[in-house]
Amino acid sequence: MKIKEICKVKEHIAYGGALFGLVLEAEKISAMAQPGQFVHIACGEGNLLRRPISICDAGDGLLKIVFAVKGDGTKWLSERKAGDELDILGPIGHGFDLSKAGDRPVLIGGGIGVPPMLMTMKQAKANGAQPTAILGFRNQSAVILEEDFQALGTTYIATDDGSYGIHGFVSSVLEQHVGEFTSVLCCGPKGMLRALANIAEAHGLPCQVSMEERMGCGIGACLVCVCGLKGENGETKYGHVCKDGPVFDSKEVEW
Amino acid sequence: MDLSVNLCGVELKNPITTASGTFGFGHEYGEFFDLSELGGIGVKGLTPTERLGNPAPRIAETPMGILNCVGLQNPGIDRFIEEQIPFLRQYDTKIIANVSGNTVEEYCGMIEKISDADVDLIEMNISCPNVKCGGMAFGTQPAMVEEVVSAAKKYAKKPLIVKLSPNVTDITEIARAAVASGADALSLINTLLGMRIDVNTRKPILSNIMGGMSGPAVLPVAVRMVYQVRKAVDVPIIGMGGIRSGRDVVEMMLAGADAVAIGTAMFADPCAPVKALAELKDYMAQHGIEKVTELTGAVEV
Repeated sequence: MKIKEICKVKEHIAYGGALFGLVLEAEKISAMAQPGQFVHIACGEGNLLRRPISICDAGDGLLKIVFAVKGDGTKWLSERKAGDELDILGPIGHGFDLSKAGDRPVLIGGGIGVPPMLMTMKQAKANGAQPTAILGFRNQSAVILEEDFQALGTTYIATDDGSYGIHGFVSSVLEQHVGEFTSVLCCGPKGMLRALANIAEAHGLPCQVSMEERMGCGIGACLVCVCGLKGENGETKYGHVCKDGPVFDSKEVEW
Repeated sequence: MDLSVNLCGVELKNPITTASGTFGFGHEYGEFFDLSELGGIGVKGLTPTERLGNPAPRIAETPMGILNCVGLQNPGIDRFIEEQIPFLRQYDTKIIANVSGNTVEEYCGMIEKISDADVDLIEMNISCPNVKCGGMAFGTQPAMVEEVVSAAKKYAKKPLIVKLSPNVTDITEIARAAVASGADALSLINTLLGMRIDVNTRKPILSNIMGGMSGPAVLPVAVRMVYQVRKAVDVPIIGMGGIRSGRDVVEMMLAGADAVAIGTAMFADPCAPVKALAELKDYMAQHGIEKVTELTGAVEV
């Protein structure tokens, strides 16, 4: 069930560079939110379409989002201040299915794909699992939420340029530790997801991937945010990221 | 206050419908408002068999508008009849079945089949910009319009609405051709053909390179075309293109529309049609208008 809620900004966070966070008073949406779901936010008069933003954390009537400024809509969003109101649809989509993740899931985020893994890690831990996080960033200045993850379990940080943590990609960190995990749950650029899906498959681990696509209505009516899926007889069929996803089983996806 | 409008003998409780291609079959928006509040529902465009549509990206944005290249993704007419009509019939609203074909024969077959199904009105799409064959190719030349509409009309047992493309030099010429060939009503406008390029990658944003533009930015074009067509022909007109408020509904009706369709505005606000309806009632109350039909064509030039 998704609803439209007018939410007040409680806190504005600047992480540096193009990265921002907002903590919102969203009593109804936060109560329904599941890990891996997203919200669809109206971003000012000139931007017709809402912007889909993943849920970083939810609980106690609050909703936290962390996003990167990519265009006019997210720029507008980054300029909201405490006390401003936002028009939000949510929670939307199918999130991560922790019942299929086993007791030692590894949660992997790349760049702006990191935020949704926080709520996923929190929920996995609350369910009694022992989750591990692998977080990848371009460089040291892009690192976000490190302490939040560390408070929940083992967390590896990797940077592309080696300026912080492990030098390299999250995929090589996964290869090194793959034997320790029961499943892979991930969100990030498509190339990263594909690499992780391949490693998971090679080791017989179930893998859930959170996909991204240019989106319209956000509720499954306009049919624009398609993701190629494997159909019967090897044919491609289309799923919709907003309604059928954003999280898919990696074996379903037509990479 | 009388909000009802009559389209070729079919009475709509109010002039507000949803534009085909923006509303699926109503399930999703039904979570946000009661579909019975609508005068009618224009369903996703149907084809003889299932169509997967174009690959992603299917949408690009422009100030106060969007471009799409969905490419008529739909489950096919048979599954629509079997699975969707029973769902839609739970609501007290009229069903407008939108059909597309690749050939004259396909249009005829679709219209014959849908005529026997439980729908109220048939909207014939000869204006889709996002499919290779058919679609817009049928709707941009008067001779082609005459051929496909006159052939299809023979199979229509329900009122036949012809949906017009704005991507033409003279919309009145196309409107006249459609009406002369048997169109009972006209709907306009379909989307305007457009294109956007990502300046960083130098590639088109849309997978299909070009796509159909809609949203508030196109309202003035739609109002102009409805105004021109109203003066050219004497059949009911469903005006659409960029409507997002009661004010816009009134404007479209003053230009000459008997009813309207709301589409892209719902992507911004899922409740746009019911909000527009409430605003329309406010306008009528403020201006002492008893019957909504008084607005049609009442622009003072």
